Amino acid sequence: MASILAVDDSASMRQMVSFTLKGAGYDVVEAVDGVDALSKAKTRKFDCVVTDVNMPNKDGISLIKDLRALPDYKFVPLLMLTTESGMDKKQQGKEAGATGWIVKPFNPDQLLKTIQKVLG
Amino acid sequence: MSIDMAQFHQVFFEESFEGLDIMESGLLNLDMGDVDAEDINTIFRAAHSIKGGSGTFGFTAVSDFTHILETLLDEMRDGRRKVTQPAVNVLLGSVDCLREMLTAIQNESAVDNASVAEHKLALEIELKGGALLTSPHAEPAAIAKINTAISLNEQGWAITFCPHVDLLKTGNDPVRMFRELSTLGELEIIVDLRGLPDFYDYNPEECHLSWQLNLLGQVNIEAIEDIFDWVEGNCDMSIQSLADKAAKVAQLSAVDLVDDSVNPDEGVSPAIQLAAVETAKSTKEESKAAAKGSSSIRVDTSKIDTLINMVGELVITQSMLSLVGEHFELGKLDQLKSGLAQLERHTRELQESVMNIRMLPISFVFSRFPRLTHDLSTKLGKKIELKLVGENTEVDKTVVELISDPLVHLVRNSLDHGIEMPADRIAAGKPEMGTVTLEAYHRGGNIVIEVRDDGKGLDKHKLKTKAIEKGLIEKDAILTDKQIFELIFMPGFSTAEQVTDVSGRGVGMDVVRRNIQALGGNIELISELGKGSTIAIHLPLTLAILDGQSVAVGDETFIVPLGSIIESINVTDKMVNRVAGKGETFRLRGDYLPIVRMHEIFDVKSAKAEKLTDGLMVVVEGQGTRYGLFVDDLLGQQQVVIKSLEANYRRVEGVSGATILGDGSVALILDIPGLVRLSNQ
Repeated sequence: MASILAVDDSASMRQMVSFTLKGAGYDVVEAVDGVDALSKAKTRKFDCVVTDVNMPNKDGISLIKDLRALPDYKFVPLLMLTTESGMDKKQQGKEAGATGWIVKPFNPDQLLKTIQKVLG
Repeated sequence: MSIDMAQFHQVFFEESFEGLDIMESGLLNLDMGDVDAEDINTIFRAAHSIKGGSGTFGFTAVSDFTHILETLLDEMRDGRRKVTQPAVNVLLGSVDCLREMLTAIQNESAVDNASVAEHKLALEIELKGGALLTSPHAEPAAIAKINTAISLNEQGWAITFCPHVDLLKTGNDPVRMFRELSTLGELEIIVDLRGLPDFYDYNPEECHLSWQLNLLGQVNIEAIEDIFDWVEGNCDMSIQSLADKAAKVAQLSAVDLVDDSVNPDEGVSPAIQLAAVETAKSTKEESKAAAKGSSSIRVDTSKIDTLINMVGELVITQSMLSLVGEHFELGKLDQLKSGLAQLERHTRELQESVMNIRMLPISFVFSRFPRLTHDLSTKLGKKIELKLVGENTEVDKTVVELISDPLVHLVRNSLDHGIEMPADRIAAGKPEMGTVTLEAYHRGGNIVIEVRDDGKGLDKHKLKTKAIEKGLIEKDAILTDKQIFELIFMPGFSTAEQVTDVSGRGVGMDVVRRNIQALGGNIELISELGKGSTIAIHLPLTLAILDGQSVAVGDETFIVPLGSIIESINVTDKMVNRVAGKGETFRLRGDYLPIVRMHEIFDVKSAKAEKLTDGLMVVVEGQGTRYGLFVDDLLGQQQVVIKSLEANYRRVEGVSGATILGDGSVALILDIPGLVRLSNQ
């Protein structure tokens, strides 16, 4: 089953994402911020990364930018979890190389649908 | 798939309360003159997380409320809004409001809607008026989505999709999008290869294809736009209704890009009723399963790692010992001994690390005081700076929980009665800004918490007069400074000339002292008129384990808390004085210390030493005074696990608890201040 890296500084959101995806059979690894995520992403190749945007240490946008620059992550779907419904953050994310976004608040079904959509 | 969201609620509440604490301390630390953008950002981030979480877990009221808060903070962060004290006060108020909302939700009790509405209004007023520097950004031109939600095209849509070369590098895959489209209706895909470069120039990481897609059926255009939402800006595309397109094709029949198969007369499949299915099922948040505020504890991971490490060592030692034991012969005695010594060391270390888990930094208690100081000084019209020192000093969790209320009382006292009004301070030649210091540090086996202020201090004469007035002491009593300050802890003694609603009505300090004594600690006050007061609380580090000195009195063994022992000596006859009616004292380096004969107090008949010169004098300190405990002998030092005597039997004066010794017998742990009271009776 596909592997997913779930990045969020908020433990509840992270657990929710992780629980939902694990329930659907995905292999999920959690990371608490951009720095943590980047180091985990370097140890193995994930099939998809789902990241929060607003995080300490390294925010989601910067994480996406760094991931995209890694050869392993050139084409991997990188999704952001964002409450900003304005184009502002999405645009920044896109410029950094994000594949897409999931707008908060979302429920597990919506999350799962999006992930299934991306991972096929 | 249905997931019980309630299981994440507890974590959400915990982190939200933490977030609120961060916001609160962040707001209190804001320096109006020079606002650090990163500080605002930290506050913003906390608010943002709460908003995101509450929205996700279905606490709409909270997320709506936080949304306004966040907007305000966002404008401050961008520098569009000036950070002013009134605005900060409104923000602080809304932090309180959020805390109440979350607490109510957590306890499944009713949220105080009136209070929420009030804070919301205050926020909105601040948002509308306030110190806005420039007009708020015009919302980025709302995504130009023509409201076509209802206008369903009867026949279908023609989509021209020409991705930019770098589309693949965003992780988006056209095939994936087509697959999604095909779930909406019957999809015809026509690929246009004309953009493809020569084989030798071809870079497989780039996308040179474009597509003509015909989606047949009754499809909502928004559903199509949703699918292409992520690639907006990475492609050129158009969505036209097939009917329009057909009309155009008819007009401009020269356009050969469009495949001939698009014929409005045929291929209209039975309309597939499909609109983006709204899956937003209302999550049942009334779930009674939501865990209540439990007595959980947050532990630093490094502490757990140490623990695991220690257990590993223990296992190794155990296996070594069992190896020795399996084929034991006398030659292996040394091995056995060293193994046992190792076991002892590991057990002790393990015990220390386990105890360490219960240790929390005192900042858990201290963190509420900046807010208290801020609110009170505003209310009292005083200028007060609160200094926190030694916030990382660790104390037992129980101490943290129980020390909070007494400390609040003491700090309030300092703020209310200690620090003078600014004008009075200037008149007294002091800086206008008063200082209250909260300091925690370790000393020996104790933790000391001090509340210091540089206020007006206590007037000894006033104290004494008042005590005489209240009949607490004799008119002609001669008291040392220390004894005078002790008066303040007597029941029914209040120094403030007027009772204020800030620090109570004179029932305070005796209760404070009783609470602290119940924790096995003591409290003392030192004050200098005009310069300020210091209140020091001494508390044991932990309430579960004690470093003890076993002493023998006849057949009995008692444990004296090691922290209260100063030294042990043999007395000679010359040192001992008998004072008529006041018992015995002995002289130690110029001081006369009262003697407490243990065997008399506990009525031990088998005591070996009757004469003071036969036994040992253990010099102990209790409540600031030294005493000599007369015992037969010292036995050894050890850590003892405290078992409550009260819970298992009843309270006994002079005894704080009991413990079980290595040989299985029970020894009483002495409570030195209690013992002294007992001996005075």
